[in-house]
Amino acid sequence: MSIFLNEDSTIIVQGITGGEGSKHTARMLAAGAKVVGGVNARKAGTTVSHKDATGADVELPVFASVAEAMAATGADVSVAFVPPAFSKDAAFEAIDAGIGLLVIITEGIPVQDSAQIWSYAQKAGNKTRIIGPNCPGIISPEASLAGIIPATITKKGKLGLVSKSGTLTYQMMYELKDLGFTTAIGIGGDPVIGTTHIDALQAFQDDPETEAIVMIGEIGGDAEERAAAYIKENVTKPVVGYVAGFTAPEGKTMGHAGAIVSGSSGTAAAKKEALEAAGVKVGKTPSETAQLMLQLLDA
Amino acid sequence: MDLFEYQARDLFEKHGVPVLRGKVATTPAEAKSAAEELGGGVVVVKAQVKIGGRGKAGGVKVAKSPEEAEARATDILGMDIKGHTTHKVMIAEGADIAEEYYFSVLLDRANRTYLAMCSKEGGMEIEQLAVERPEALARVAVDPIDGIDEAKAREIAETAGFDADTVAKLIPVLQSLWIVFVGEDATLVEVNPLVKTGAGDIVALDGKVSLDDNAAFRHPDHEELRDISAENPLELKAKKLDLNYVKLDGQVGIIGNGAGLVMSTLDVVASAGEKHGGVKPANFLDIGGGANAEVMANGLDVILGDEQVRSVFVNVFGGITACDEVAKGIVKALEILGDAATKPLVVRLDGNAVDEGRKILADANNPLVTLVDTMDGGADKAAELAAK
Repeated sequence: MSIFLNEDSTIIVQGITGGEGSKHTARMLAAGAKVVGGVNARKAGTTVSHKDATGADVELPVFASVAEAMAATGADVSVAFVPPAFSKDAAFEAIDAGIGLLVIITEGIPVQDSAQIWSYAQKAGNKTRIIGPNCPGIISPEASLAGIIPATITKKGKLGLVSKSGTLTYQMMYELKDLGFTTAIGIGGDPVIGTTHIDALQAFQDDPETEAIVMIGEIGGDAEERAAAYIKENVTKPVVGYVAGFTAPEGKTMGHAGAIVSGSSGTAAAKKEALEAAGVKVGKTPSETAQLMLQLLDA
Repeated sequence: MDLFEYQARDLFEKHGVPVLRGKVATTPAEAKSAAEELGGGVVVVKAQVKIGGRGKAGGVKVAKSPEEAEARATDILGMDIKGHTTHKVMIAEGADIAEEYYFSVLLDRANRTYLAMCSKEGGMEIEQLAVERPEALARVAVDPIDGIDEAKAREIAETAGFDADTVAKLIPVLQSLWIVFVGEDATLVEVNPLVKTGAGDIVALDGKVSLDDNAAFRHPDHEELRDISAENPLELKAKKLDLNYVKLDGQVGIIGNGAGLVMSTLDVVASAGEKHGGVKPANFLDIGGGANAEVMANGLDVILGDEQVRSVFVNVFGGITACDEVAKGIVKALEILGDAATKPLVVRLDGNAVDEGRKILADANNPLVTLVDTMDGGADKAAELAAK
């Protein structure tokens, strides 16, 4: 089994006619995801041409709104490739329509907008799970892909992976491809995100097919410390961890908007310490972390 | 982006927060005329540095006349405050302070909301107050959509324990400070102290504001608030090239794709450097998913402009982008740079189309390029080359 996304997940793309939306719609289809249409109010009524996983031509309808797209296609997942200035409206629209999963890929959304998106989803009854923003999305290998994670570097298997970083997710998926993954989630590197490490840990703990969990964190905030506390209390499956940013100077944003050490808080050392105190084996490098997992499941 | 106090003061004034008059000066003569323009009476000369504790460091002085303001500005301009050189002072009207309070509103990452903090005990370092007397610091969650309306402002002031009269006076000020926060896309607005004057008026006497860089697209005016002189020239150059670059103090230039992988690369290089005379990573540079030749050339150009750099480690994981494309990018970038490329390059490629990518680099046979199999091995090789 997988978490949050499976082979029945029916996906629409907000911004399907844009450059990124178009490119990744093609990749999602090639990975076998059930992408059934998209949204662009100005191009409603038209279609976009793609190929499915078997190479057959498909025409995907473009709808005026998420609600229309859901009504016509039965979609339960939306992946948003919408420029930062319009991401909040796109998210509100998806939440209004009551979609089950909204994956916001866009980088550079003002944090005020992200905070409002989160608040809006809560006020709407918390029916929409949000992943992101500023994330690579989610993949359940050989079942579905909602986002931009490369599908060909790993396979279906028994690990769960949750990470703030895209490329570190890919690297870990690749290094552990022999064990494979139930689901890998990139939760995003912004200060305010929807799905957290803890949400993913909880779901992996409850998923019978996930045997062990890889958790990747980075500097900024205290999500890793809170995840460590959660693991200590609630997670019985083995967890290995990795934290990036030990050499990051105080007060400098390291690429991700949320990756910043402020004063003495948000340091990699504190996060590593908290995870180790919770019994998580933490690797010094991504490769060592992968090795730790291999050893753990070999034993 | 953190603002100077005088910039925060200006934003406060723009949004109706009561402030005293203040003028910024970069020379003692300007300080004198600023004091004259403020009426020639008592002024405060305040160092403009983006660090707390300037009062204790001698960066805030009262002056009773324009001449004295000039003398105090002479003392303060050029002063080093915790590693920050003072290039500007603000000449502010003297205030008749009866009581000092504290107010701030900031992003609460953990709870994905905003947090307002307020105290009757302002003036001191708030971190100290939070530790020593946490009960004296009211913490009230602020919903990002609802914001600080009259009821919320009342709740904040009452939670902080103010009397009814002061609560009434604080309400419009807290609402205006919220307008600053939301209207300017701030991630922090802090007033310490927020004072009550002898006449009973509430005035923001100091201000600290941090703005969200992601919101710059809807605030073209914020560009003027940048302190270009304080920015590293290489970082400025990188910004113009649209590169995500942070200058560090080290010898191994780093290029990678993805913020997490680059941060990780810095750590691995720093760790490898311990075995090679203590060399360190020279920078953070994330060239993103694309990694085409132009971006690679621009990145190398910035990194090689750093005189400290003695080797470069290119660490790319081919996820969306295949490694053969990245390899072509590296070869092309070295062609573009020509003789400007002088430092050894250690390249680690992994992921999609890795064999094709390695073959392209091997065939190009550039004497500067060393191909490695692993990230850990690459870090070690790059550190070794930088230590030579």
